[in-house]
Amino acid sequence: MHSGTPDIDPDKHRLVIHGLVKRPLAFTLDALARYPMVSRMTFVECGGTSAPMFSKEPIQASVQALHGLASCAEWTGVPLSTLLEETGIDPKAKWLVAEGADSLALSRSVPLTKALDDAMVALYQNGERLMPGNGYPMRLAPPRLGRQHERQIPAPVEVGRSPGHELLRDPHLFTDPAGRKGVPVLLPAGGQSFITHPSPGLALKGPGYYEISGIAYSGNGRFQDHGFGRRRAELGAGGPAGAGALQGFYPVPHALAVGRRSCGPAKPRLGRAGNVQPTRAQFVAQRGETQKVPNVLGFPNQHYNSLTSWRSTAKGR
Amino acid sequence: MSTHKLPAIVLALGLGSGAAYSAGPNLGTPIEPGEIAAWDIQHPARRHGPAARGGTPAQGRAHLRAEVRPVPRGERQRGGLCRSGRRCAARQRQSIRRRRSPTSGAIPPPSSISSGGRCPGSNRARSPNNEVYALTAYILAENKLIGENDSMNPETLPKVRMPNRDGFIIRFPDKI
Repeated sequence: MHSGTPDIDPDKHRLVIHGLVKRPLAFTLDALARYPMVSRMTFVECGGTSAPMFSKEPIQASVQALHGLASCAEWTGVPLSTLLEETGIDPKAKWLVAEGADSLALSRSVPLTKALDDAMVALYQNGERLMPGNGYPMRLAPPRLGRQHERQIPAPVEVGRSPGHELLRDPHLFTDPAGRKGVPVLLPAGGQSFITHPSPGLALKGPGYYEISGIAYSGNGRFQDHGFGRRRAELGAGGPAGAGALQGFYPVPHALAVGRRSCGPAKPRLGRAGNVQPTRAQFVAQRGETQKVPNVLGFPNQHYNSLTSWRSTAKGR
Repeated sequence: MSTHKLPAIVLALGLGSGAAYSAGPNLGTPIEPGEIAAWDIQHPARRHGPAARGGTPAQGRAHLRAEVRPVPRGERQRGGLCRSGRRCAARQRQSIRRRRSPTSGAIPPPSSISSGGRCPGSNRARSPNNEVYALTAYILAENKLIGENDSMNPETLPKVRMPNRDGFIIRFPDKI
């Protein structure tokens, strides 16, 4: 949530859809609650997920500090396509600009095809009404979008020909698919993964094998192979690399998947759509890296999703 | 839901009548073009907002004192709301004391200042007003970041060099 938790009167709040539509409409919370709803398990991630990893030097921080801006929940709400069908869409419309009702009123553009596919105006999270700090009374939940910010508490939704500009622009500029800078857009999140054990704070106590576990998710569907354990988690004693199978991952598209392996070969994560998580070198070549170690709470160059790893000392730290 | 739905929707709209747009519940309320201006991010009033003259630390201090009004002793002891609906003066003063910087003894400056008035149900076209600038000037002056006679307005506020301009302060570095 940007700029604190908004104090919004649900009786006064409106979801307004206008722009290249046949008839602009405003929806109250009570009206939306009467629509047929759908539920989806999907991840939500910040546009600055793993951003400290842009650092030129390894940052000494925990997995929570480096990769913790992602979560997963069951979202329940009204399909945005239902509301757009009622407003009617001009054939020229290609994009949708959603503006939040938090104090900064940040806005992000979403491809209209995506909005009609599986985006929803969520009213519930894990079976309960949204909490004020998490989007109450309503939030736009476009599953698997994460290249930029998820938007919360949509107030106006404007349908247009091109991505829109937000009123109070972020200090960082983004490039839309047409190559224009300064347009913040939401695009399908690429594959992302990180190892949660072992990691800083969960030291290896002595020589031997350890199970490697972690989390992976993708805006492109399920993972075929998490590839966790690409480094041998062993101290001192030798052992077979690559033994151990992927276990216990959550087979829900666009949800966080938990993977476990005792050890295994290096392998980029492969999504069902054939997308491969980039290596560090590939990612830096495209997005760059910082000249000095950034603040772990900063967002240098925003979203980061290349392969990451931990290095252990001889003492298992 | 299929990604091929867009052409179907467009085709249906092209052939359909203007009376029924969807077989759905149709619970939305039509809004007039004049009403949309407040929501339109392309509208000049939304993009730039009305001009604000700004405010001084003295004006901000006066506004704060006007807000913190004395209340009867009994109500103050209970710590609830004043008759006016505002928080009791004692609680407000206590809240301010808790937020005082341990080093300077002043109210710590905010990390950023935004347009607080742009909330749904209120005037969404409003930009930071003179009152916000005055209170901002007061807090900045209390922290010796500007002079007592400096006015904060859309031109001068962005030029103030905040102490945390190079990054946010890590409150619990040992927890990271």
